[in-house]
Amino acid sequence: MITFEVNGQVQQLAIAADTPLLWALRDTLGLTGTKFGCGVAACGACTVLLDGEPIRACITPLSATAGKRVTTIEGLSRDSSHPVQRAWVAEEVPQCGYCQSGQIMAATGLLAKKPHPTDAEIDQAMAGVLCRCGTYQRIRKAIHRAAELKEARS
Amino acid sequence: MSDDIDMTRRILLKSGVAVGGGLLIGFGLPGVSRLAQADAGAAPFAPSAWLRIAPDNSVTIIVAKSEMGQGVYTAMPMLVAEELEVDLNKVRIENAPPGKEYIDPLLGSQATGGSTSVRSGWRPLREAGAAARMMLVAAAAATWKVKPTECRAENGEVIHARSKRRLSYGQLADVAARQPLPETIVLKEPKAFRYLGKPIARRDTPAKVNGSAVFGIDVKLPGLLTATLLRCPVLGGKLASYDAGAATAVSGVRQVVQTEDGVAVLAEGFWAAKKGRDALKVQWDEGELAHLDSAGIERQFEEASAKAGAVARRENDTEAAFRKAARTIDAVYHAPFAAHATMEPMNCTIDLKSDRCEVWVPTQAPAFVQATVAEIAGLPPEAVKVNVTYLGGGFGRRFEQDFVAEAVRIAKQAAAPVKLVWTREDDLQHDFYRPAAYNKLSAALDSKGQPVAWRQRIVSPSIFKRAMPQSLEGDLDASSVEGSANLPYAIPNILIDYVMLNPGVPVGFWRSVGNSQNGFVSESFIDELAAAAKQDPVQFRLKLLDKHPRHRAVLKLAAEKAGWGGKLPAGEGRGIAALESFGSFVAEVAEVAVSQDGEVAVKRVVCAIDCGSIVNPDTIRAQIESAVAFALTATLKGPITVKNGRIEQSNFYDYPLLRIDEMPKVEVYILPSQAAPGGVGEPGVPPLAPAVANAVFAATGKRVRRLPIAL
Repeated sequence: MITFEVNGQVQQLAIAADTPLLWALRDTLGLTGTKFGCGVAACGACTVLLDGEPIRACITPLSATAGKRVTTIEGLSRDSSHPVQRAWVAEEVPQCGYCQSGQIMAATGLLAKKPHPTDAEIDQAMAGVLCRCGTYQRIRKAIHRAAELKEARS
Repeated sequence: MSDDIDMTRRILLKSGVAVGGGLLIGFGLPGVSRLAQADAGAAPFAPSAWLRIAPDNSVTIIVAKSEMGQGVYTAMPMLVAEELEVDLNKVRIENAPPGKEYIDPLLGSQATGGSTSVRSGWRPLREAGAAARMMLVAAAAATWKVKPTECRAENGEVIHARSKRRLSYGQLADVAARQPLPETIVLKEPKAFRYLGKPIARRDTPAKVNGSAVFGIDVKLPGLLTATLLRCPVLGGKLASYDAGAATAVSGVRQVVQTEDGVAVLAEGFWAAKKGRDALKVQWDEGELAHLDSAGIERQFEEASAKAGAVARRENDTEAAFRKAARTIDAVYHAPFAAHATMEPMNCTIDLKSDRCEVWVPTQAPAFVQATVAEIAGLPPEAVKVNVTYLGGGFGRRFEQDFVAEAVRIAKQAAAPVKLVWTREDDLQHDFYRPAAYNKLSAALDSKGQPVAWRQRIVSPSIFKRAMPQSLEGDLDASSVEGSANLPYAIPNILIDYVMLNPGVPVGFWRSVGNSQNGFVSESFIDELAAAAKQDPVQFRLKLLDKHPRHRAVLKLAAEKAGWGGKLPAGEGRGIAALESFGSFVAEVAEVAVSQDGEVAVKRVVCAIDCGSIVNPDTIRAQIESAVAFALTATLKGPITVKNGRIEQSNFYDYPLLRIDEMPKVEVYILPSQAAPGGVGEPGVPPLAPAVANAVFAATGKRVRRLPIAL
């Protein structure tokens, strides 16, 4: 039995402790916003926050989350009102949309640490999250916009 | 005024009362395809899409098109809302169920691809909206006993200004359904457009930023099992024997089944299914291709290039021109196999009952899915319901039916609904790859350096041979020569032929298809000729494009916006390429920086596109940005290679995709045009590789004749 918190709710799961967090989220808890892309931490589609840090859920065993807080795309806001989500809408980032949960979570983790990242800092933080539709140019713009929105809100 | 623009056009519409009340208009998608126009004369008109206006004021378009990131779920409602005079946000789109009535006339099938959605929908969707508007106005006029000309449609209502009366479309829908179809349809003047040509926010964006968009892999059903499938790693190999003992012992594994595709493990969730698959002990019959490798394939290509192929284009007497040439230039170009690598791995969910079947699948071709499932399950097609989810990328991969067929064969042996999920390794090793191509070229120049003859032999596997043999013209696969056979340059003697060589690597439709390899070859070689003539690459091309004004216009605009001819630091260079594909003209200028150790960074891409009439400019820009990234991956990264009959690459660590730090600044300039719309999803791909290769030449003097670029 592993106890951890997902999007503010305590969860107790009695599944194999080696199950990657990704599949616990998707198959056990039904939180399908977090995506499977590679299974080897090479694409970032499964990025979630663990105690606020972006991690790759596909290689994080459930056991490593015990007692910790997980935030998924569903936990960012219920109504897409989070500044990063608003920036993503304003810049019309998604195309197919499959990688965008991971992009948004990685960006959220970045902005928590660096409220006004430079392009170089964005590149460094986001280089592990692949987008086959090539929305990178808009992702960069959206992160800058999210930084402004966050500042306006705080 | 263009009010009479439709007077001579046969109007292909049907109208009636919708199930549940309201106005229903059925329309075809004619007007683009010669085949469809020919057919329309002979056969009775059958609608291929529907527009429904219900008493609750809802407006719904039912059309067989898949949203895979290209924005079609926004563009199609825009076309209808514009003419219907209704708030765009009120127009919903429903994916039509499979059926021959939903066939796209450009593709000849019910599918999404070939950059056809807006091209085939441009007139019919607007006409359907306009017809509905006219019938709603007629209904209001009849209700109020006034002349229709005294009424106007505005924002979902018909208004009689003099008496200040108004009725909503919902209130009028039932009466409108009994009005005759208008004899002539008046479409809006472009200057009156409220939506078309304006940047409109995509409708699918909100669901894609909060995790609620349902892709195929996200489908949930009660009792659903997840299946993984172990396939032979060798191309064309088969299962010899297997031992499922350890697999069935994995907690959560419910069933292990053998199918003609391999061995499937069904479990409560993906992780158990994957662990079960890893625990299988399998013997393969590796088959005839067990010794195939990339070097051998290249030797096959080279040997095949010695023989003449099927003629794709012949102009005048090439041999005579070569005999008289002041100078000749020869080159061999190579393009590798490339994978689609959609971010969402292939998957298909099937609930198979004895007399019916329901399928949830991210597909570009729902009608093919229906046929595939019906045939394997032994059901009539109408017993197969296909639900198209969002597609986590398509790029041509999701035309294919392999993953659907696999899922049905597993479902036939399963007692519960099944979701087959591929791993990334499955995806990269069992793709239908962009065909590799081997090109042998020669050009003859006159004493002034002008090209007088162009000879090109394309050796490549054939997609049509596997996927649609009825489309072959003898041994000529049109998709293998597109991007070269339509060379626009005024060269008096041209001979382009095609040698089909199928070494056994499965090939399929990959964003822009043959244009992607052939565009690289033809636009690089023309650059070689410009260099040989010691002429500027832009001026050299323009001189040969007298009869191609749209081609000229994009070349000039891209060059101008890029600051063509301006100075760049040492180690940097600019290259240009322009191609027509899918009815659109695209020129791209790439700026590259080449490091001391030969690493190529693309810093900026300036693109000019003439795609005819503009529906949603922001979608056009997004699609070009996307095409640049997609094509740049294939230009700088990869390739897919074969060893011992196996695809060597297995995941993103050995088949990397372009990353954000490698993304160039992309600038897009859209030429204003009233011409019929061209495609947008694919045409940005073909010019990218040659523009980058030509820029590398400008920076280093080294000519790139093999992709991916390795200096």
